[in-house]
Amino acid sequence: MQERPNLDYVEELANGDEAFKAKFIAIIKEEFPLEVAEYLDNVENKRPRATSENVHKLKHKFNILGLHEGYRLAVRYEEDLRLGDTTLEGDFKAILETISDYIKTIRP
Amino acid sequence: MNCIIIDDEATARAIMVQLCGNIPDLDVIEEFSGAMEAIKFLNQHTVDVIFLDLHMPGFTGVDFVQTLKNPPKIVMTTSDTDFAVSAYEYEAIVDYLVKPITLERFEKSVQKVKNAMVRQPSSVSPSGASQVGEDLYINIDRRLIKLKFNDIQLIEAKGDYIDIKTEKEPYRVHTTLKKIKAKLPEETFLQIHRSFIINFTKIIDIEDNSVLIEKSVVPISRSNRPELMRRLNLL
Repeated sequence: MQERPNLDYVEELANGDEAFKAKFIAIIKEEFPLEVAEYLDNVENKRPRATSENVHKLKHKFNILGLHEGYRLAVRYEEDLRLGDTTLEGDFKAILETISDYIKTIRP
Repeated sequence: MNCIIIDDEATARAIMVQLCGNIPDLDVIEEFSGAMEAIKFLNQHTVDVIFLDLHMPGFTGVDFVQTLKNPPKIVMTTSDTDFAVSAYEYEAIVDYLVKPITLERFEKSVQKVKNAMVRQPSSVSPSGASQVGEDLYINIDRRLIKLKFNDIQLIEAKGDYIDIKTEKEPYRVHTTLKKIKAKLPEETFLQIHRSFIINFTKIIDIEDNSVLIEKSVVPISRSNRPELMRRLNLL
């Protein structure tokens, strides 16, 4: 994956509002790992419908963090999951790991 | 104009609150992570607009719209584009925002809501006053009294009440300046002090830091003065 997560969108919205930026970072640091854990649990327990719901929610964060290629992959993966196809599972997991690593580096 | 935000994602709600914060006359009065809490809230409060996530677990935004008897204006938010057509089947849905939402797009959406509200104004509000077309209905002792916008000279905050001075007589209403401001047409009314809204067309003269409206001298606060001066047709 070429693209790297960033806070460009958040900074544009913040427009110098450091309180908003700090709030957003605090929320994503808390929310993202919980959503990933739920996703992994559903993958492990082979619940494709619930997994696709998790992917739907997670993909929004890909866009927020500037991962537009990742977002498109997630759209395909979500559709595939509804048909029971898990081919893109590995690619999706790689994006999640990239974001997880990135989130650890940002501070409110 | 007040609004609520319904989205199961905390990050999405934070972004929506930030976007709303950029619109001067848009107040977020509550945010909800689930539809059921929002429905309970809507049973007890009047809301002008709902920013509603289309995709929530167990209860979609469209399900939500269908449960409302008299829905306010609704702006759907989602990361999908393929639901747009079905969303517009509902009259209350005035726009559809695809995440991530830019401020520019959000501003357009709020304008769409305002336009829709002018075309189809909201009904009686429990907040003490409601707007219908060019009139404002105020609730005094369980009686709804119609005031024409053009008859209102100024409005003054008095604790939990506001005093509305009209050409005929004054009225005292149990509401806030902020709430009534949201009901007044922006092109005619202007807040020039934290305790005063004036009918811009009723100004007789302006001297130093005060405005004369009929026989009332109304102070202008330093922060509101630039907007007042901007709107004057200065020679």
